[in-house]
Amino acid sequence: MQFRLLVGQGAWLMTMGLKITAVECTMLEITDLKKTYEGGFEALKGVSLSIHEGEIIALLGPNGAGKTTLISTICGITTSSSGQIKVGGFCVEKEFRAARSLIGLVPQEINLEPFETVMNTVKFSRGLFGKRRDDAYIESILRKLSLWEKRGARVMELSGGMKRRVLIAKALSHEPKVLFLDEPTAGVDVELRKDMWEIVEELRASGVTIILTTHYIEEAEAIADRIGVINKGQLLLVEEKAALMARFGQKQLRIELQDGITDLPDSLAAYDLTLEEGGASLVYAYDTKADRTGITTLLSDLASAGLVLRDLQTEQSSLEDIFVDLVKEEQS
Amino acid sequence: MNWAAMKAIYVNEMVRFFRTITQSFVSPVISTSLYFVVFGSAIGSRIEQVDGVSYGAFIVPGLIMLSIMTQAIANASFGIYFPKFIGTIYELLSAPVNFIEIVIGYVGAAATKSLFLGVVILITAGFFVDLSIAHPIAMMAFMVLTCVSFSLLGFIIGIWAKNFEQLQLVPLLIVTPLVFLGGSFYSISMLPPFWQTVTLFNPVVYLISGFRWSFFGLADVPVFTSLFAIGGFTAICLAAVWWIFKTGWRIRS
Ligand SMILES: Nc1ncnc2c1ncn2[C@@H]1O[C@H](COP(=O)(O)OP(=O)(O)OP(=O)(O)O)[C@@H](O)[C@H]1O
Ligand SMILES: [Mg+2]
Repeated sequence: MQFRLLVGQGAWLMTMGLKITAVECTMLEITDLKKTYEGGFEALKGVSLSIHEGEIIALLGPNGAGKTTLISTICGITTSSSGQIKVGGFCVEKEFRAARSLIGLVPQEINLEPFETVMNTVKFSRGLFGKRRDDAYIESILRKLSLWEKRGARVMELSGGMKRRVLIAKALSHEPKVLFLDEPTAGVDVELRKDMWEIVEELRASGVTIILTTHYIEEAEAIADRIGVINKGQLLLVEEKAALMARFGQKQLRIELQDGITDLPDSLAAYDLTLEEGGASLVYAYDTKADRTGITTLLSDLASAGLVLRDLQTEQSSLEDIFVDLVKEEQS
Repeated sequence: MNWAAMKAIYVNEMVRFFRTITQSFVSPVISTSLYFVVFGSAIGSRIEQVDGVSYGAFIVPGLIMLSIMTQAIANASFGIYFPKFIGTIYELLSAPVNFIEIVIGYVGAAATKSLFLGVVILITAGFFVDLSIAHPIAMMAFMVLTCVSFSLLGFIIGIWAKNFEQLQLVPLLIVTPLVFLGGSFYSISMLPPFWQTVTLFNPVVYLISGFRWSFFGLADVPVFTSLFAIGGFTAICLAAVWWIFKTGWRIRS
């Protein structure tokens, strides 16, 4: 597998000659996509997004933001009102066969035929995508998803987490180049979630482009290269995870005091300080992207106010805080 | 054409059929037998002969038609409604298949099932009455065309239906009365003149008449009218399916 991949990429690079920059080719290109549902509700208000081959992108957004609508429109489940979508360079409407052949979709809802066996439903998906029967490949994905033992079981006899893995197996059955995971870890226990992340990691290693939606920020933080925040049908931002963290990164400096205090001395009123743990420590919030963090002057002012420091700690705010801030900002 | 996809849909539908093989075959066999007991023996002993054919044999074509029409509609409408209902339709919509391939897969499977059923009923009937088939090729042609056209109708109903009530509405309110009043159990010539005229507006009359002609060589209406009727009905269904394909009606929101 690994070997075949290397050879494939090598050959590809050679055909590309010296244009190594072209390696980052665009897998998904969305231009000014709008979607108004029949009732007149505008679920997507002009979304533009471009995703490179092999990239993992996480879409975050509150309930009803339009994440599923976005995915459904790309995959052909709903029609767009205006705008353009290209997958692997193919227009999803005019060249739907070529475009959709590249796409694997794991829907948000567990939509499976209850009386069907695991094996049959996965094989059906492969057939539907016009791929020749390949029992060895199907076996390998069922094994990877720990479903091999359950291959003869009917879907209704599976647990919720297993059903979700069946959906993933169906999506992978036809060897997609782009995989959409709509909340793949909703209602999945911690262990299985870690398994899922591993699968995503493996897929990335084999060159699959992945777009996932999630409400779990730590998930986006753990596996995505880039993060998009969507709210009320608009893509508020898409950014490299690290850059996003740095841009919106707030840090906190926690100062533990030798002797607790009840009130802040007046000389420190100018700082954004809060007293915590019953006065045993001070928390100072500051912006990492500001020119001056103000830490040096704070420390000297603390000393002149007669406070003795016992320990110092800094904490980076998580993506979750960033996300909540963004959406709040939008709403206000 | 995505042949593999059509095959996958067809096979998947047939697997569902064989999974419920008992219901699929045993119940029509039992109900056909009951029809023979009630109509053939009880009533038939009084009617004896219709146009020189024993009443028991006379009702066989009508019985087969009745079953394949209702079953074709039921199978095809359920076949496409079920994925809509449980949500698995997402897969059909996101796969590299076009609507025509979906139709061929589903309608082909539903037509096959009802054809099987027609043959099973024919064989069952053979145990009760002496049957001779005057025009076997015409008989098969009528049967296949009926299976296909009514499966197409069923498919359209399945696409149209938004809930289970609607799914049953058309078969119950329109198709079953038309089939029962279509001369399954009697010859049109047995009716008073006024009702004979009314009956000629019932399209099912032409199908049953033509089908019966292929058995016994006798018909209520000329056989070419029957062929024309079934051909026309198939064409109307195909046109409707084509329109759905073009507009995406009730499929993609
Ligand atoms: N078929 C539909 N008809 C009308 N409105 C719809 C339809 N599907 C979704 N919507 C509306 O579009 C908006 C976006 O829905 P969508 O399912 O895309 O949200 P989401 O971001 O996936 O939310 P969640 O996190 O809850 O899954 C919602 O306001 C929803 O009510
Ligand atoms: Mg959603």
